[in-house]
Amino acid sequence: MMTFKNILAATVVAAFALPGIAKADGTVEVLHWWTSGGEAKAVGELKKAFEADGGKWVDSPIAGGGGDAAMTALRARVVSGNPPTAVQLKGPGIQEWAAQGALNDVQGVADKEHWDDVLPPVLANIMKYDGKYVAAPVNIHRVDWFWANPQVLAKVGVTEMPTTWDEFNTIADKLKAAGITPLAHGGQPWQDATLFEDVVLGVGGADFFRKALVELDQDALTSDTMIKSFDQLRKLRGYVDDNFSGRDWNLATAMVMRGDAGFQIMGDWAKGEFLAAGKVPGKDFVCAATPGKGFVLNSDSFTFFKVSGADKIEGQKVLASLIMSPSFQETFNLAKGSIPARTDVSLDKFDDCAKKSREDLLTAIKNDTLVPSMAHEMAVSRSVRGEFLDLVTTFFNSDMSSQDAVKDLAAAIQRAQQ
Amino acid sequence: MGRLLERWLPKLVVSPLFAVSLFFVYGFIAWTVYISFTRSGILPNYDFAGLIQYVRLWHTPRWYVALTNLFVFSILFIGVCTALGMFLAILLDQRVRAEGAIRTIFLYPMALSFIVTGTAWKWILNPGLGLEKVVHDLGFTDFRFDWLVNPHMAIYTVVIAGVWQSSGYAMALFLAGLRSVDDDILKAAAIDGAGPWRTYTRIILPNLRPVFLSVFIILAHLSIKSFDLVIALTNGGPGYATDMPATFMYSFAFQRSELGTAAASAVMMLATILAIIVPYLYSELRETNR
Repeated sequence: MMTFKNILAATVVAAFALPGIAKADGTVEVLHWWTSGGEAKAVGELKKAFEADGGKWVDSPIAGGGGDAAMTALRARVVSGNPPTAVQLKGPGIQEWAAQGALNDVQGVADKEHWDDVLPPVLANIMKYDGKYVAAPVNIHRVDWFWANPQVLAKVGVTEMPTTWDEFNTIADKLKAAGITPLAHGGQPWQDATLFEDVVLGVGGADFFRKALVELDQDALTSDTMIKSFDQLRKLRGYVDDNFSGRDWNLATAMVMRGDAGFQIMGDWAKGEFLAAGKVPGKDFVCAATPGKGFVLNSDSFTFFKVSGADKIEGQKVLASLIMSPSFQETFNLAKGSIPARTDVSLDKFDDCAKKSREDLLTAIKNDTLVPSMAHEMAVSRSVRGEFLDLVTTFFNSDMSSQDAVKDLAAAIQRAQQ
Repeated sequence: MGRLLERWLPKLVVSPLFAVSLFFVYGFIAWTVYISFTRSGILPNYDFAGLIQYVRLWHTPRWYVALTNLFVFSILFIGVCTALGMFLAILLDQRVRAEGAIRTIFLYPMALSFIVTGTAWKWILNPGLGLEKVVHDLGFTDFRFDWLVNPHMAIYTVVIAGVWQSSGYAMALFLAGLRSVDDDILKAAAIDGAGPWRTYTRIILPNLRPVFLSVFIILAHLSIKSFDLVIALTNGGPGYATDMPATFMYSFAFQRSELGTAAASAVMMLATILAIIVPYLYSELRETNR
């Protein structure tokens, strides 16, 4: 087995050998899959800022499969003992790699710059392993948004956004009666799971969400509240058009934009689609939180891998400090459509939806209703998340009863945790 | 010296290739089998853990869906392609005019990759874009053809696209076989008063036995590696209704970081293929040796 590992190591090292060896003010090699549109521009900002500080930036973009290809490359490089300096890696994935002993901490930088004071505690805990920061967050995306077309809602006499699922159902029935698709949705497992977790928040509240989807408490998973959540999800299935299977999320956004559909439930990356089409928030489209008075958190972060050599470690520290700097958090998030992970960065240049997001975030921190997203790999490991996605998408695409769904879900989660 | 070289040169030339395939094919098969007996998750882990991954695999409902789909798809795909290919070949064999052009048209889909086939059929079968919409626009608004978005029927759309792509190829193989049947035998049969039906069932088809073997093997390996067709056409959906063992394995290894379970599913795939192919090859090859 050792021979195989050695050969693999040699192959991989040869394939990834860096062009030239840098000196001076730190070198970083950053592995990411932000290769298109606003995302590529956002990562370009980071590169520019790092190079302005005199460092050497080696870009390793690996597109494909929503990061699956990049993770495969990362695995090969860690096994071969040549990890990149920083990797776009989020949520419990950080803990999984840290448990393998593959990460460096940047606690020195975090102490000096008082990261604990400016990050939401829920997010800070995800960035830490053994009490030390091993990753730095670049943004905060909110998952529990309604995106609505006010002209379409006005057709059925609706001017207020729903604040409970019952209110939503009433409005949706009206839209359906008027021949308009109430909910634009794309039938892909992660989109189904996005609906599911927003429904769970609205039906059970933030504490229940945390028990069921984060702590994976068996009693919560099999509770009546969970059955009710599936009942509501079944209702949502009735509000989706027949042709939703496999549709990409941005096409669903376009349905709302064109007025073919009333609502979309999606994270705030959907805002980028509206803005890119020249739509004005508040006038052409409305953003409002889904029921539950909570905040479902999704955040991208860079995780620091165990590199050796003073040059690379220096680069890692510079990069960590740069990612958390207020000016970078502002420029990056203006390009990406999210809000800064730091809660002390001014939002003067941001749009109204972003300002609402920050306002709700601060309230959620105060009321302890901030929860990490299950569907977007912030709450549970990838294997557990996979079981959620399988079950939710089967439920959404069949006539399974809520009782069976709850039973199968609890069993599947138990299996994945063994 | 010359003679020695002559004797060893072929072996020398072949040996690097042999060593490479030994390592990269059989070496990795062995590695995968070993990994399937460990608790490997995000990274390979070499501590032996027994059958735990197999137990987990056979408790996963999605695995049963994938297996059922593989059998449904393989049987229909191989069966329909063979029957349709045979039928088209017999029709073409009647010395029709413009045979060359017709043959090319039937064979052409084979020039496309499964990704292209999958994407094109995804649009054709999409109820809001393709066939159903066209028929609706013609005025038949009761027409329904929503197999692509119906979890119970979606696997058959994969069969349709696969058959469209590959039956022309089966036809070409059969046609070559039909043409290679000795004319003298056919003339003798005609003199003895055998009709066309009898000629085909008693003389020509039995003569095509080796062609059937080639067609079966080619179609079987296409159906087992139908990963790209499924990804392009349905991406495993709706839900995971069209999951195949290959897409199951990909999803567990690369999306969920469960290398152990993925390896166990890969080993099960290998075992299934061996169980079907080996007896068939064995019986066919023994017959020819006799």
